[in-house]
This record gives sequence, C-alpha cells and structure tokens, in this order.
Amino acid sequence: MKHMTHLQRLEAESIFIIREAAASAENPVMLYSIGKDSAVMLHLALKAFLPGKPPFPLLHVDTTWKFREMIEFRDRRAKELGLDLIVHTNQEGLRAGVNPFASGSRVHTDVMKTEALKQALDKYRFDMAFGGARRDEEKSRAKERVFSLRTPEHRWDAKNQRPEPWRLFNTRKRKGESFRVFPLSNWTEQDVWDYIAIENIPVVPLYFAAPRPIVKRDGALIMRDDDRMELRPGESIETMMVRFRTLGCYPLTGAVESSAASIEDIIAEMRSSRVSERQGRVIDQDSGASMEEKKQEGYF
Amino acid sequence: MTNSLQARRLPDEADEAQGSTPAAIEDETFAGPAPDEGADIGIVDPQAAMQPLVSPAASLLRFITCGSVDDGKSTLIGRLLFETNSVFDDQMEALKRDSKKFGTTGEDLDFALLVDGLSAEREQGITIDVAYRYFSTASRAFIIADTPGHEQYTRNMATGASQAELAIILVDARKGILPQTRRHSFITSLVGIKSVIVAVNKMDLVDYSQERFEEIRRGYEALLPALGFSDVTFVPVSAKAGDNIVTRSPKTPWYEGETLLQRLESVEPETFDAGAEPFRMPVQWVNRPNLDFRGFSGSIVGGRIAKGDAIVALPSGGRSSVKGVFGPNGEVTRAEAGEAVTITLADEIDISRGDVLTAANAPAGVSRQFSGDLLWMANRPLVTGGRLILKIGSTQIPASLSALDGAIDIHSYEAKPADALSMNEIGRVRLTAERPVVALPYAENRELGAFILIDPVSNETVALGVVREVGEGDTGGSETSADKRTGFARLTGLWLGEAARGDAAHRRAKIRARIAGSVLVGFLALLFQMPLGLVPVLALADFLLRPFLAVAFGADQLPEGRSVDPSVVDDGGGI
Repeated sequence: MKHMTHLQRLEAESIFIIREAAASAENPVMLYSIGKDSAVMLHLALKAFLPGKPPFPLLHVDTTWKFREMIEFRDRRAKELGLDLIVHTNQEGLRAGVNPFASGSRVHTDVMKTEALKQALDKYRFDMAFGGARRDEEKSRAKERVFSLRTPEHRWDAKNQRPEPWRLFNTRKRKGESFRVFPLSNWTEQDVWDYIAIENIPVVPLYFAAPRPIVKRDGALIMRDDDRMELRPGESIETMMVRFRTLGCYPLTGAVESSAASIEDIIAEMRSSRVSERQGRVIDQDSGASMEEKKQEGYF
Repeated sequence: MTNSLQARRLPDEADEAQGSTPAAIEDETFAGPAPDEGADIGIVDPQAAMQPLVSPAASLLRFITCGSVDDGKSTLIGRLLFETNSVFDDQMEALKRDSKKFGTTGEDLDFALLVDGLSAEREQGITIDVAYRYFSTASRAFIIADTPGHEQYTRNMATGASQAELAIILVDARKGILPQTRRHSFITSLVGIKSVIVAVNKMDLVDYSQERFEEIRRGYEALLPALGFSDVTFVPVSAKAGDNIVTRSPKTPWYEGETLLQRLESVEPETFDAGAEPFRMPVQWVNRPNLDFRGFSGSIVGGRIAKGDAIVALPSGGRSSVKGVFGPNGEVTRAEAGEAVTITLADEIDISRGDVLTAANAPAGVSRQFSGDLLWMANRPLVTGGRLILKIGSTQIPASLSALDGAIDIHSYEAKPADALSMNEIGRVRLTAERPVVALPYAENRELGAFILIDPVSNETVALGVVREVGEGDTGGSETSADKRTGFARLTGLWLGEAARGDAAHRRAKIRARIAGSVLVGFLALLFQMPLGLVPVLALADFLLRPFLAVAFGADQLPEGRSVDPSVVDDGGGI
C-alpha cells in the first residue's frame, strides 16, 4: 500500500465500506444532504459500482427551508446521473407550522429533520442508510462507528457500540434494527476539499464567495434567501461578499465573509482559518453534548 | 502557546479585488483549473488522476495511544492537536469553558476534554470508547485512535490497535510499568504492530529525572524479547507541560533523541508488505449492471493483478483468467494491494460474495479448521463447543470453538491451561467452521488472517482474533488436494513429529537418526541370536513404529510456553 497517497487510501477505504454495506443490506439508501460531504460520498458510490450505477436510491429530507440553490442543484444532479431521488418532508410538521423562526432551531431540527428522517426510513423500510458525517466534525461523532447500529426506535446507544477491528464490520441486526453507515468517517474537511479539487466534483455554488443579501442576526450572517424571513426592527439587508462552509436550512446557517471564489481559494482559506466549520451552525451550540443527545434521539 | 492562539484573519482587502468575481459560477468552471504543469486529470491512470492540485499531505500514518488509566493519553493527543494548530478558535473557547466545568487540571486547560466527547467520559474524566482524531503537518496526515486505559474497555483498545501502524505506549514516570502497560503492549504485538514509541509521561512530576527515565526504559526493554517489536523509541515527555512533544525541552538536556512529533513524522513503520504477496482478493460484491457485464468487486489484500493473469476462485476451486480490471476511475491494465477494484473473467464460473480470488499458482489455505489467538470481549465466558458466527475476509459462516489450548497470563506472557476465557482475556484456540473457509496465517496476510466472532443470538461482536495455523498445519493447496493427502500426510507428520515443522534438512536428520537407531536394534537382535530372517523385519518395524510411541505418550509435544522459532510470535513461547 506504500504506493498509494493519503487520498487514494481514503478513497479505497470508502469504496470498501460502501460495497460492504450494499452487499449486506436488504434495502439500502443514501442520505443526500446536497452538501460537499454528500457530493464526495455520492462520487465514491458512483465509483464503487462502475460501470453500473449505485444499487440504491438517494433520499433527501427536505425541511422546506433549504437554500433554493441547493434544491436546484439536487434536482439537476439526480437527473444528470439518472439516479432515483426520494424527497421526504414531514407533512405533519409542515401542517403544524413548524419553522426555524417561530419554533426555534431546536424544535425545527427535531421535527423537520430528525422526525422526518425516521418517518422516511420507516415508510420505505430502509435498513441501511449512508450518511456523509465525518469523525473530525464534532466530538461525539469522533466516537461513532462506521456501521452504527440503531434500535427499531432509531436510537443510538453510545456506550454499547460494537467494536470494529480491522475492517471486519459486523452487519448483523435484528428485525426492525437498522444501520447508519458512514463511508467518510476518516476524512477531514481538508481531505474533502482536496478530493473535490482533484476529482472535479460539482458542488453547490453557495460554497464559493459571491455578493449575497445578508442580515446580521445574533452574531451570525444569515442570507435572506426568500421573503419568509422577516426583518426585525433595526435589521437591514446588506450585500456582502460571503460564502458558506456548511450548508443546511438557510435561517440556521451562518455565512462567513470571504473572497474565496475557487476551490484553490477555499483550500488556502481553510488552511489559515481559525474557526471550525460547524461554528456557523446554530444548532450545535446549545450545549456541549447537544450532538450526542440529538444522535441518541435519531439525528444522523 | 500564545502564537498558536492568535486569531488569524480571513483573506482581507488585498484579496478582495480578485474575489469580486460574479456570483453565478457554473459547475464546470468551479472545479478549478488544472495545475500549471498541465498534469492530465486522466480517467484511466489512477496515479495521474490523483496528482494533487493542492499538495495534500503525501503520506498517512495511523497510530494509537495506549497505556494505563491516567497515564495521560487524551492529554497527549489534546496537546498534539493544540501544538500542530489543529484546534480551532471556537473549539478553544469551548475547551476553556469545559476546563472550568469538568477540568482536572486546576487553572490550566485540560486538553483531555478536546478528545473525550461522550458526556459520560467528560463527567467521569476517563476515556471509555476509542475516539478518532485527525491532524496533519506539512509532510504527513495522521489518524489517531485514542484508546481507553481501563481494563474494562480493553476491547476498544484492541480495535484501535488493529488498524494502526504504530503505537505510542504511555508510561506514567511516577508509576512505571503497570499491568495494563503489559496488557496493551501484548495486544499491540498480537495485532502485528512492529513500531512503538514508549512515551514516559509526567516527567514534570519526577523533576525530569534521567535516572527515573532510564529505569523505566530498562524495565520495558526487559519485556521486548517477548513482544517482537522491531522498532522501539523512548521519549521523556510531559503532555501537560508540553515537554518534548513538538520542541525539545530545555528541562531534559540529557535527552538527545527526537521529540514525539519529530518521531511521528520521520518513522517508516515496518508494516506488512501486502504488495509482495501472491494475488488475493475477497469478493465483496458481484457487479451485474447488465447482461454483458459480470464483475467481481473487492479490495486487493495481497499482490497484484493484471489482464490475462490466471486465477483460481476459492473455496470452489474454479479456474479462469482475468479479462479486465476496473479501478475507481475506469478500466486499468493492472492494480495492486490496497486498491478497490472490479475484475471480469474470461470464463463463466460460479463466484459469489465471500469467495476469494487468488493467483492460480499460489492458492491460499482452505480448511474448516484453524488455530488462532483471540481476545474475548463479551460478559459471559467463552467455553468450547458454543456456536458462533465467524467473519473472515468477506465470509460469514457458523463456527464453533473446538478447543481452548490456553489463556495468556498477562504477567508472564505465557499460555496457561484454562477451561474458559472471561472478558478481556486472550486465549489460544482452535476453531471449526461449518464449511471450508479461506484463511491465511496473520503473519502472512493481515486481511485473510484476522477474524471476528459474532454471537448468533445477540449479534454482538464477542471476539477478535488472528489466525496462526490453517488446517492441520497445512496452509497450502485447496480443500480437495488437502483431503486426498490427509491420511498419509497426517501419518507422515506424526512420524516426523517436531521435525515436520522444520525444514528439509531437519527432516533428513530425523530420518538418518531413525535409520541409525534401527540398525542398532538389528545389531542387538543379532547379538541375542535372533533368526537371521527376522532381523530386518524387526529393524524395519522399529524404524517405522517407534516415533508413534512418542506420540502415544505425548513426548513429541514441546513444553508449554516455548516456541519452535523464536522470531515468530506465534505461541506462548515468544510472548
């Protein structure tokens, strides 16, 4: 293996994981969140099954608050690649009027993401779902297995995880249990961008700096993507040169001021950055262990 | 400390001019231009396709930190992350907050809190589960598995070790070598790690005493013959104070070696060279996108493969030749160990997931039985006879423990007779699978020589282990040829006894000795006036049968705890 570069080793490892999951699942699905990690994961899945297509559909849990550019990108990619795309929205939540402004980030995330995901997995009876999470993102993710077992209620038992020596993944499960599979476990943000650059992987343009309509709210730079976002007294819309390090629901995703308009710029900027990518995410900062709690409840 | 804490600003005014490109950037253009050298982003040649545009770290080192509770593993990793600028400002803010809330270091930052991510760990101030951390320097990317020190969580330590190329074994300078240091060193050796850094930590608490450091070094060196490490470095450090982690500490002027990070960057860990092996690939997935294509997907775990190569599929024994090899970027002419590929064959032979494609001239061992060493990880004890699921390569198959030959004593590193293994014990076992499986000794192939055992009822992973010997000492040939040879080969093996495991010269010497013995018997018979016709019969009978007497009385067995070949860590002897 000495002839392989760092990225080639990561690529081979991820393809191994994707094939292992597809081979041992009855009904697998790939969670497609439209972000850069999903883009890399999808790219690896395409490679894993060449010259065929991945033997599973894509699933996007749509909160209805994603950036419009994300939705356009999602639909275009699925069409270009000829892949099945399932879009699921929590209709009950929608009817109840849950939204990030009135309900707060916590409730919105619980209902429109976590609950919605569980609904979709139950509805289609998926028993193995790929996710693009990386261990370097967050401390409780660092303890996550590659094949992470969930109870029939989709709960994660952090203290009772199966050991994964070598790459002998234990994919056995009981009826109703399911797996979350993380092919990018060992990738870092840096690896993801390096790989996107080398492999020419298309990503949503929101990652690149451009003048965008920004509202400064609670210390975050929020892009006003549509008129559902009402301005509070004293707020105004400024056109600022910004980009996004992570993508999610636009009212919950902070932009960073940047002039990085190409992949090379982004990589250079990241190398000198002093803040983590999740800093822009409003939902992570509730408490130190908040991600662990969310994961226990079934969040990806 | 202060310089790494300094906030660095995002690109400012100077960059702004070029940054004011239009918002609408199409997919095609934002992929970024090719580098000036004009490196072709080819589809076919994987090397060219992966030519880095932006020079990511060239090599990757996976290592673990291990040692006893409170030896400071998490603190050491936190320190490494911090000193290599891998801690972001917002994480630093969180660390300051958490240090006040949970910290065990008084006013100072508690670096362990950067790593211990589960709330139970933060509350108890211990590491429970293995955590993976990532950092890189200009020359290397690192993946660290931070493993727990408590005996209770030994399985998590073993898991981390199985994927590592190097181990940092921490020793508390005040406490010296503890039982857990010995246990972790043994597991490190069991999973085949050859490169080790012994970091003597908390030097600040022993006044940076050279005598204390040397004493610990001598103590650890005494363990080495049993462990089979080929590359051991000792570094005096203080993870808390930062001595000899990144820069040489003025407090240890007597230490002239590399700092911990320097060692991590320079070490070329002696790992198993899978590329030198004959070709082996467990089939993970049969790829049949349409009627015209039937490929076998998997990762190559030994050797290389090229178009036209002859292969045999095991355990079925079907033969064919390679029609095409597909890498991650499309069809290639050849591929080697480590790569994930899809292979098409010239003939239609029946191959499914779990089969292993191997070079036709060097098939792997196929047998229902093998011996190995395993770490038992379940709460209930392991006893012989129980039904389990064996996973090796891409095969899963029912199997049972046919014999428990002993349990390793963690103090003497010797195998002692045992009736059962309890949690976290390491045992020497023999396993019998329901059907023949493809296996190789771990020393020959890490992927086909490692296994896990799964409880068929609870689905828990209850053991991890390594293969020592396949079949009855027969690691070559397929099941069919092994079957034919069984009767005669087994007898010959018994007759030769210990010499069967030696080389040809050893066997010739045994035969010569037996001939001499029989001539002596014949001579004695003559002396006692036995009829002439019977003398050769007696001599021949003595020649053939006497070795079996040794077998019958067990005199052919080596004394427990001694190895035939001291360089091979393959039984109680070496370790």
